[in-house]
Amino acid sequence: MRESLINLAYLVASVLFILCLRGLSSPEQGRRGILLGELGMLIAVVATLFKAEIVSFEWIIAGAILGSLIGTAISLKIPMTQMPERIALSHAFGGLATSLVGIAEFHRMRDMADAAATVVAVAASEHALNRLTMGSLGFEVFLGSLTFTGSLMAFGKLQGFITGAPVTWKGQNVMNFAAFAGVIGLLVYQVIFLTAAPQWMFFTMCAVGFSLGVLAVLPIGGADMPVVISLLNSYAGLAACATGFALRSNILIISGALDGSSGLLLSILMSKAMNRSFANVLFGAFGTGGGAAAALPVGQAAKGYNEATVEDAAAVLTASQSVIVVPGYGMAVSQAQHAVRDLATALEKRGTEVKYAIHPVAGRMPGHMNVLLAEANISYDALFDLEMINDDFARTDAVIVVGANDVVNPGAKTDAASPIFGMPVFNVEQARSVIVLKRSMNTGFSGVDNELFYMPNTMMVLGDAKKTLISLFGAVKGDGH
Amino acid sequence: MSQDLVFGLYIFALATFVGYQVISRVPPLLHTPLMSGTNAISGISLVASLVVAGEHHDRFAAVLGFIAVTAASINVVGGFMITDRMLRMFNKKKAPALAKAGS
Repeated sequence: MRESLINLAYLVASVLFILCLRGLSSPEQGRRGILLGELGMLIAVVATLFKAEIVSFEWIIAGAILGSLIGTAISLKIPMTQMPERIALSHAFGGLATSLVGIAEFHRMRDMADAAATVVAVAASEHALNRLTMGSLGFEVFLGSLTFTGSLMAFGKLQGFITGAPVTWKGQNVMNFAAFAGVIGLLVYQVIFLTAAPQWMFFTMCAVGFSLGVLAVLPIGGADMPVVISLLNSYAGLAACATGFALRSNILIISGALDGSSGLLLSILMSKAMNRSFANVLFGAFGTGGGAAAALPVGQAAKGYNEATVEDAAAVLTASQSVIVVPGYGMAVSQAQHAVRDLATALEKRGTEVKYAIHPVAGRMPGHMNVLLAEANISYDALFDLEMINDDFARTDAVIVVGANDVVNPGAKTDAASPIFGMPVFNVEQARSVIVLKRSMNTGFSGVDNELFYMPNTMMVLGDAKKTLISLFGAVKGDGH
Repeated sequence: MSQDLVFGLYIFALATFVGYQVISRVPPLLHTPLMSGTNAISGISLVASLVVAGEHHDRFAAVLGFIAVTAASINVVGGFMITDRMLRMFNKKKAPALAKAGS
């Protein structure tokens, strides 16, 4: 009876989780959705506390208080520009939790099986650790460990602790595949022989999972982080699913599947937005470090470009009827979203129409730019996706590119030799004039040179984007008053 | 093949399908809140961690359970809070500047 009630509570919680995600289909319903999700989580947690297996509460209370404090502190303190880092960290926590649960469950079941073996031998041990449980625990611990260290690596790359450039060496992919095959081999052996398999096999699997997380993310460049973060998201979901299979818990399977499918969907969208396959992102080691790409800027550095002053740019802007802002990772780095808003407001006061073009992979995670612009109080109906706005550039007087590079590279459309050839990009070069705010003439993360910077209708305003925007704001506001 | 496995696969397949349907309706505008929201939901591994931390098997399991409860609570509490904080920022408003420009 008690078990059934608990399971009913889990069913209610699962439905609430689905409604929570449904709420995210529009910004108006989003907050109500989150409220439903919180309610679902509360129901699930309270129901769990009534489980017969739970006999002591001190570790639970200590962990819950500590975790809630840390969670609250992080979510209140963290600036929006650091969202990718926070998401990467939370995937790491999720991976860690599932991995540790798996290890503890394995440990308990082996103990039970050992104790039973001395008394009634085989039948009881089968009960404690059957093939499904063993297989799921294996997947859970392997995926959980991989997600944990992989996400920590992603966090390190985003924070700049670890170089954002791909780290590669010879035989890297072969080595990783061999390690992965080894884990599958160990798992198959354990599923077949169950408690007869030595315990070191299980712990070796964990260890390989932890190391593979590091090794698999090392060769992936900073610009590919949106895909990596989405993929880690889906691994964390799959690990939770495997926990559900191991513990026969439907709510874990359902929530894990929701998380997994969202991660998968986002990774597919991100890969499409870069016109690259998963395999290419994961094993391609794309970015600075490739010989040909690194050689390019040297050859082209001599090409002429129009370096413009703030005054020149302000003159263009004040003469424009329509302006499109294209933000990129550079906007996040220099925290320039508020300065963008000020400039846009000043332009709008003059009667200029200002829109924002958001590329799916702009920034370091899906939706990164939208959150930053929303933080700066920019109305979300001024934010446009790639397909929605790409035809408007030809009718636009001025485009301001704020720290974006690859997403405005016309080479992706025309230069078959370019590493980013085929990636859908904004047609910014069709606008009457393009103002590029950029720190220097160096190539971006991908190490690809950008034809746009050398076009006659492009003005390069070099320097910190935020400072430039603030002086632009001053110049535009001062003009005509 | 065990019944449990087949039963689990049923749930998994249907939940994945529902998840895919629901999530494909989320606009790119909200992809970051989506990610942190699903992250909070996958903090449901908290329920598994609670059992491990509370079942009193031995010290080793309890410590692992404690760390797992802490990590999962960070995700649940932090995940929902920050998703809400982000969603609060998404506002549709007529920019006051635009209204003035018309006059």
